[in-house]
Amino acid sequence: MSTLVFLEHHGSSIQKGSLGVLSKAAALDPDTSGVIIGSGVGDLASQAASYGAAKVFIADDASLEAPLPQARVDVISKLVRDQGFDAVLFAASVLAADVAGGVSARLDAGLNWDLNDLAMEGGELVGKRAALGDSVYVDAGWTAAPRLGLVRSGSFEPTETSGAGAVENIPVELEDFSSKAVMVEQAHEESSGPSIEDADIIVAGGRGLGAPEGFGILEELAKALGGAVASTRAVVDSGWYPYSTQVGQTGKTVSPKLYVACGISGAIQHKVGMQSSQVIVTVNKDGNAPIFDFSDLGVVGDLHEIVPALTKLVQERKG
Amino acid sequence: MKIAVCVKEVPEAGPNRRIDPATKRMDRSGDKALNAFDLNAVEAALKIKEASGDGEVVLVSMGPAKALESIRKGLAMGADRAVLIADDAAAGSDLVATSYVLATALQRETPDIVLFGQQAGDGDGAVLWAAVADRLKMPVISQIAELDVSGGQVKAKRQTEFGYDTIQAPLPAVLAVSDAVNEPRYPSLKGIMGAKKKQQDVLSLADIGADAGRAGDAGSRTTVGALNPPPSRGGSQKIEDDGTAAEKILEFLMERKFV
Repeated sequence: MSTLVFLEHHGSSIQKGSLGVLSKAAALDPDTSGVIIGSGVGDLASQAASYGAAKVFIADDASLEAPLPQARVDVISKLVRDQGFDAVLFAASVLAADVAGGVSARLDAGLNWDLNDLAMEGGELVGKRAALGDSVYVDAGWTAAPRLGLVRSGSFEPTETSGAGAVENIPVELEDFSSKAVMVEQAHEESSGPSIEDADIIVAGGRGLGAPEGFGILEELAKALGGAVASTRAVVDSGWYPYSTQVGQTGKTVSPKLYVACGISGAIQHKVGMQSSQVIVTVNKDGNAPIFDFSDLGVVGDLHEIVPALTKLVQERKG
Repeated sequence: MKIAVCVKEVPEAGPNRRIDPATKRMDRSGDKALNAFDLNAVEAALKIKEASGDGEVVLVSMGPAKALESIRKGLAMGADRAVLIADDAAAGSDLVATSYVLATALQRETPDIVLFGQQAGDGDGAVLWAAVADRLKMPVISQIAELDVSGGQVKAKRQTEFGYDTIQAPLPAVLAVSDAVNEPRYPSLKGIMGAKKKQQDVLSLADIGADAGRAGDAGSRTTVGALNPPPSRGGSQKIEDDGTAAEKILEFLMERKFV
């Protein structure tokens, strides 16, 4: 048994999610290696060693500077072929999902995603995943090696544990099509404004609001309930509401006592940021929206009628 | 400009959706619809076609023959024709097998652009485009919030954990759009009436020259083992608003002492 973990980095540090998967993998399999792919990334190897990597492969090349997936698929696929890893694990991110999907096709290797736990059963890796909007937990297996796994963010806390961390630099050979997509610009987004992470009650709005003005009725409901207003990536991308209020994979993770989702489809992008809310109430006109799979109370209807009516009832009740 | 849009029929969401314990596959016996996230991809394709002045939008799907009923929604929106790979030997395909079958079907179409929505509504999968792009040896850009196609190039903006990326690639390319990229149009009455008459090819694996041994269970590399109930959320309810929804929500909130 040997395991490889893709160690995603941003700036001068390896991502926390990657280190969490690395320390979990090292606990299950002493023969766990990490691979770091980028430009000028040699110094990151020591971080990998402190989280249990027996070996750290470094692919360091100017062509790997931009965090784009396809060149990484080339590097990882060749490494897996050369070294014969039984398992390759990724911590979910925008980049890692695309890398994992590409490696799966290149190697015809099975990929299980959204894993929230990993175990060894009879010397073989088994993944656990929540399916159908977390309504059922499934043992996810593989019929052959290499076994590819994409782990849901936040599943494993990084645990410091010393690994040998022997460093090996690997050559970089890219396919023609892998460098055709190029990064033109990367803009860093600063998060500012009031925090939604501490709120007990959150009223959140998505594209179903129809227009930026739709947030007005959510602000009134939030005020009546004593809560904060949150949003989705879709409305932030559309410029309707500030990035600081965005819940989801590329925004904030919240776990309030009550989450009222209005006009939100429940894309995984959003779900991973709010699924640990204690109670989820949904209003959406599309009865087929995935959010109904993980709502405690789901209402199929027009939020522009229901939300103001609810606000009025709550105000009356509270006097 | 030829644009292929990969679409999928999915079961309607809600507490009644389940995995069949006998087959370990999703129970697809209930109501179904076109995956909502695919509507953004269909809309993006129609916009590109309209901007370029000519071209063709082809829907490409894999599923049972009766999935055509759901796929017709894309034709009603304005897509020109549909190709559905329907073959018992393709049932139960995982990512490896699905990406193989779709890529084989797409190769016959030689599209300039292959479009995907941001995820499947049923499987939470958000990796298929990357696998298909690798098989087609095309550049891929995912999670696109803004899209500009001109001069044989695509320029796209997308949000990541760290901010906004702007990425450029030459065509042909595989593009996965997010739900922020556009507002899908509603099919017009004329569109709905005309959809049935548009070309709809239901093809077998042999028809597209795909190896049945690489599709379905035979071609899959992942398995579903034990099914376990989740930590209970308590009784989950889904109701249609009959004019009293606000009262019902208030009752629900009062029972739980939020009000």
